[in-house]
Amino acid sequence: MTVTASESSVPVTTRKDWASDQEVRWCPGCGDYSILTAVQMLLPELGVRRENTVFISGIGCAARFPYYMSTYGMHSIHGRAPAIATGLALSRPDLDVWVVSGDGDALSIGGNHLIHTMRRNVNLTILLFNNQIYGLTKGQFSPTSELGKITKSTPFGSLDTPFNPVSLALGAEASFVARTHDMDRKHMMETFRRAHDHHGASLVEIYQNCNVFNDGAFEHITGKDVRASMLIPLEHGKPVRFGADGERGVVADGRGGVSIVNVADVGEDALIVHDEHAENPALAFALSRLATGPHSPTPIGVFRDVVRPEYGDQLADQVDAAIAKKGPGDLAALLSSGATWVVE
Amino acid sequence: MVDNVVELDRVIVRFAGDSGDGMQLVGDRFTNISAIFGNDLATLPDFPAEIRAPAGTVLGVSAFQVHISDHDIVTPGDYANVLVAMNPAALSANLVQIEKGATILVNEDAFDERSLAKAGYGSNPLDDGSLADYTVYRVPMTSLTVAAAKPTGAKPRDAERAKNFFALGLVTWMYSRPVEPTLTYIEQRFASKPQLIEVNTLAFKAGFNFGETAELFGVAYQVKPAAHEPGTYTNITGNIAVAWGLIAASELSGLPLFLGTYPITPASDILHELSNDRNFGVRTLQAEDEIAGVGAALGASFGGQLGVTTTSGPGMDLKAETIGLALQLELPLVVIDVQRGGPSTGLPTKSEQSDLLMAMYGRHGESPLPIVAARSSAHCFFAAIEAARLAVTYRTPVILLTDGYLANGAEPWKLPDVSDLPRIDPGFAEGPNARDGEGNPLFYPYLRDPETLARPWAPPGVAGLEHRIGGLEKADISGNVSYDPDNHEKMVELRAAKVAGIARGIPDLEVDDPGGAAVLVIGWGSTYGSITGAVRRIRARGGSVAQAHLVHMNPFPSNIREVLERYEVVIVPELNSGQLCRMLRAEFGITTVDVNRLQAQPFKVAYLEEKIGPHVFGPESTVSSNGGKR
Repeated sequence: MTVTASESSVPVTTRKDWASDQEVRWCPGCGDYSILTAVQMLLPELGVRRENTVFISGIGCAARFPYYMSTYGMHSIHGRAPAIATGLALSRPDLDVWVVSGDGDALSIGGNHLIHTMRRNVNLTILLFNNQIYGLTKGQFSPTSELGKITKSTPFGSLDTPFNPVSLALGAEASFVARTHDMDRKHMMETFRRAHDHHGASLVEIYQNCNVFNDGAFEHITGKDVRASMLIPLEHGKPVRFGADGERGVVADGRGGVSIVNVADVGEDALIVHDEHAENPALAFALSRLATGPHSPTPIGVFRDVVRPEYGDQLADQVDAAIAKKGPGDLAALLSSGATWVVE
Repeated sequence: MVDNVVELDRVIVRFAGDSGDGMQLVGDRFTNISAIFGNDLATLPDFPAEIRAPAGTVLGVSAFQVHISDHDIVTPGDYANVLVAMNPAALSANLVQIEKGATILVNEDAFDERSLAKAGYGSNPLDDGSLADYTVYRVPMTSLTVAAAKPTGAKPRDAERAKNFFALGLVTWMYSRPVEPTLTYIEQRFASKPQLIEVNTLAFKAGFNFGETAELFGVAYQVKPAAHEPGTYTNITGNIAVAWGLIAASELSGLPLFLGTYPITPASDILHELSNDRNFGVRTLQAEDEIAGVGAALGASFGGQLGVTTTSGPGMDLKAETIGLALQLELPLVVIDVQRGGPSTGLPTKSEQSDLLMAMYGRHGESPLPIVAARSSAHCFFAAIEAARLAVTYRTPVILLTDGYLANGAEPWKLPDVSDLPRIDPGFAEGPNARDGEGNPLFYPYLRDPETLARPWAPPGVAGLEHRIGGLEKADISGNVSYDPDNHEKMVELRAAKVAGIARGIPDLEVDDPGGAAVLVIGWGSTYGSITGAVRRIRARGGSVAQAHLVHMNPFPSNIREVLERYEVVIVPELNSGQLCRMLRAEFGITTVDVNRLQAQPFKVAYLEEKIGPHVFGPESTVSSNGGKR
């Protein structure tokens, strides 16, 4: 007996249809609320069915996410959501599997699973809620906290150099890497849509405010009044420029990196043109290094979106090829496939 | 030319050489030709953890012991009758494993000054009289192999590597085994390298002919086929039996098999076998670590497949948290622990029964789960099916315990009729199982089956059954997150009652009692053969002793208390420092006689006989049938 996803025409749904009956229990004002709303508003537009959709999370504030969705879901263990989701996605390629994780969950305890899931290119949409702090355990530094951060566990300042999740994902052979933030629902929805439509592992870093333990961590770049000058929108095929009037831009610095210039000084033709589909991730990586933290102009949008064979497809191909070659499994034949002898 | 053939009822041959000498291969070949010939047999591969320890040293010695017989046997034998030693280190390391008076075939070419020194010999044991208790045959195997291969034009250094086939040829002659299976094997194995076919064939024939023509051996031996039950037989190791049992469970349940795992000695062969069986729809994932392996398996179980993970002790440590999640989620998951010597990295290639209490208690919180233990290499097939049946029927992680000895040891197996194997019903939830106050259909993921206490298994893909589960405590019935104290207590009790109730669905513990026995020997796992051997010897001496062997370690069979209370003395032999005996004492308030060994090797039958005998015959009677442990 095998369960497979239902296939008849997709019913029309609204945001409400995707919300469970459980009371949402994040702290009032938490950035997680707007991410939840963006996902619940997007799903009716994706042409997918609730029963074929699964959210799998690890542990942390973000990991409560599946309880609030009226889909199938699993709130698993700390750091392991990508591994569990891998098993589900490989065994049930008919499902739409999302992973919800945080900076501690995905990059600290679960760092190993995250990188291997990306290099394998398993068909998963991974939402990484990055608030640069441990919230559920009440305020310790995380692997994305800035160097020198004062927290309960680092009263003299943290000594750990932070991860840049986008750089990490690009280094881990990810085929889709994007960044968005919790203050812009439209941008979130568009980014999530792209991540969902990508066939393979998609990683979306979401700058998310923790108003209790790390309030305002991103306000220097995501605040409504500063966004234009601090967020660098990445759009495929277009020169990379930003500012209220597009007066600033990004050029190659000739040493493998990129730097910010005034467009008036160099001319528009000098700007780099963003190519999400570039096979070589070097330029995407250079863009990810443009800002060392949310204090200077920071690229958002899709850094990389390339087509690469998806793991589950290849595994299914091997099964099909084996059946084509050897015929469907015959247990009795298997048991006598070694040397046998008959006792009369 | 020898025309003197002596019939033996059994013989134990031990092949020993450097790790790189191919001793496991020739041991395996000798086993297979003996199996095809119809002997009963049992094997014990014994090799170091290092792939190639320094050549010629005692540390790098690899051995393979095979016991062949014309009657039903249960162990690879205590002490070998014949030792093939390819170098001084192999001789030195294995003298303790052979009987006094044993025949030793040595590769004389390897006994040069340097090799003797490496093995720690101050003088050549072939000349100094230290082997006076044995019958030693000095055969220049290396030079004869090189000479035999000369016509092929192979370089001497390459030709020399075929000396293991020379040794196999010699032993094949000595025990009157057929040559055809080996010649066929050589052709298949080296199919892509014609020169190696020639070299190894010539080496094998040279060994065989050396036995026949060299006037060294006064006699050849014959061990006739055993009187097995009619049927088709194959020779099987525990790891292959586990893999095939899992495939069988997949077929019997209709659930596709998903293996998430990470390579670890001595469990990796299960992964290797299943990776090759994709035409059964098997999906295998060699994950980034042990945790991801079991995580992926659990993900597949959530998706409605037969999720399995395989490992050994250190991997069990790492998987504990995910096993706890499976227990809380109440999803099927089969966890196979091929036990090895511990703690820590311990003795990766050796065998021990020291993970039983870990399987029982090695998780945080109140976390009971069913445990099944295989008792022989072939029994691993049925034990794997049983583990899967319990996991699927009761929606629970199940731990199947095998060990390194079962995993790598082989025995003849009468193939079962596939159509006789029991079906496993996944019983997926088909629709809503409740209604709300207004009569609308609802799905409660923790509304249990009153009989089994199993919860509904509702994999994604079915409209109306969407639900969320997780590691947080569940509210009874609805499965929502609950911190309610009464609910937690109830859920702990329900989970425990579900596992305890499995006892109603498993067979009673069978007791082999010749009548009137006051002593019961009760064991579990791979000691079945050794215990059976010891019990047979005691009975042959007129002693009355009963034997029982547990397969279900948790819960125990329903009748176990009644069985234990029937006997004055309960002896519990284990290859650990006392784990089952603690469970029996704690649960039944009995006293036990514990027999424990921690040498990471199977029990010697003689050792068990010596330990059990006095309880049957009285304390004065300590002499066992073959002089006891040496």
